Amino acid sequence: MQIMEKSFKTLSYIAALFSIAAVFGIILSIFLEGLPLFKVVSIQEFIWGNAWYPTHGEAPQFGIRNLLIGSVYATLGALVIAVPLGLGSAIFISEIATPRLREIAKPAVELLAAIPSVVYGLFGMAILAPFIRELFDLSTGLNLLSTSIILGLMVVPIIASMSEDALSTVPKHMREASLALGATQWETITGVVLPAARSGIVGSVLQGFGRAIGETMVVLMVAGGSAQIPGSIFESLRPLTSTIAAEMGETVMGDLHYRSLFAIAIVLFLITFVTNLVAELVFLKRRLK
Amino acid sequence: MVKAHICTNNLNLWFGDNHVLYDVSMCVFENRITAMIGPSGCGKSSLLRCFNRMNDLIPSARIQGSILLDEEDIYHPKARVTDIRTRVGMVFQKPNPFPKSIFNNVAFGLKIQGKHSKSEIMDRVEKSLKDAWLWDEVKDRLHSSAMSLSGGQQQRLCIARALANGPRVLLLDEPTSALDPQSTAKIEELCLDLKSKVSILIVTHNIAQAGRISDYTAFMYLGELVEFGESSQVFTVPKDSRTEDYLTGVFG
Repeated sequence: MQIMEKSFKTLSYIAALFSIAAVFGIILSIFLEGLPLFKVVSIQEFIWGNAWYPTHGEAPQFGIRNLLIGSVYATLGALVIAVPLGLGSAIFISEIATPRLREIAKPAVELLAAIPSVVYGLFGMAILAPFIRELFDLSTGLNLLSTSIILGLMVVPIIASMSEDALSTVPKHMREASLALGATQWETITGVVLPAARSGIVGSVLQGFGRAIGETMVVLMVAGGSAQIPGSIFESLRPLTSTIAAEMGETVMGDLHYRSLFAIAIVLFLITFVTNLVAELVFLKRRLK
Repeated sequence: MVKAHICTNNLNLWFGDNHVLYDVSMCVFENRITAMIGPSGCGKSSLLRCFNRMNDLIPSARIQGSILLDEEDIYHPKARVTDIRTRVGMVFQKPNPFPKSIFNNVAFGLKIQGKHSKSEIMDRVEKSLKDAWLWDEVKDRLHSSAMSLSGGQQQRLCIARALANGPRVLLLDEPTSALDPQSTAKIEELCLDLKSKVSILIVTHNIAQAGRISDYTAFMYLGELVEFGESSQVFTVPKDSRTEDYLTGVFG
């Protein structure tokens, strides 16, 4: 029995150690592979250069501004769709649905998270994009609008599920206090329940942001892929993630193009890292309260 | 001659198939404190929650009979429940301030009514806090969180919050059961002070508390109103043997 106990402890210790080592190994390797780029290309030129011609024979250019802004646009577009839908679903599930309906609605929304991203991409490419093209009479439906819609749908379950958790933890006596003061149910939700769950809701939006900015398959399939700043929601774009996925196969290991894709990975990592950090801090603040 | 302020008339209440209140008829008199006592599960809290229609929140609740507030049936189909709840305030067992500032807690009811000017809200918040004996303790920090107050202060804040609506009747559901003896004494004195402004109905587990502050006492047992009368009479010469047994600690 003693030996069993000990070996379980040791095994779980090793498992934890291995996971942490793997994560740090990955982070370390993207920095090791990416940072040498900046010996040749200045950081400013890289982040704010407006031309991405990594394979141009004589004078390749490695400015990721358009890709970065493409990522930001696609992510914000996704949130414009996902925040109202996700928060609305959360309010419905937590505050309005009968217990029986809640039992059905919550897993149904969470099922959206179980769909593989390539399936979302397939749907966007084959069904949504042609529909949008027809609807607005465009040359292509692979654009910012389609990307935002599909990415948004992917983020809905994250925001809905986490916000619902936050709303459900607001104690019942808070709602009763509000209703007993003559507030309607809607006034209670907007005036008491949502403010009380604010940090959880903000956290869910940040998580959704992190999910959307890191998503690759959908943007690869639906965004259209031109490395420009989209002038409207009907123009195509190329986010950071799909650039890495699309171009890695063409590079020669160790050349500048190869390094620049790792440098993009560093940028992506820093964005999601900071987002997660802020989300954690928001949650931590709530726990301490 | 005291005036009846809110009265139940042959009130029956069910939660699903569970018959909770049997033919309850009683009154809360104007500017008097009425205490409801009885063992756990006797229906006193359920009865209290009929007076501001909080039982509406329970889908299986079904009610029969009437409750008249100033001669007006609060269960009339045309009665507006939000309106009734501003006229019949409620304070809960556990202090439950909102996670907002002290000021915004008290202003909450006025703000949702949306018919008061800013300065009017300011005045009424101040007056309510004074009426609840909290003003001097919080006047310099109205905008700090209500969660920073002590339990007793929080409960007085909840009283101020209810008073801000200008209710005619105040329902108190075991308001001191979560408080220490000092805070309890303060709330009891406060109740005696408040009765010149509102009629008070208080549910309490504490028989001595009912004896100390109430003018009228209702004794409930198994969903039945066993005895209702002036406290001096209920406590000294109860008509029903069950009341006497409860008061002397034979059960409870």
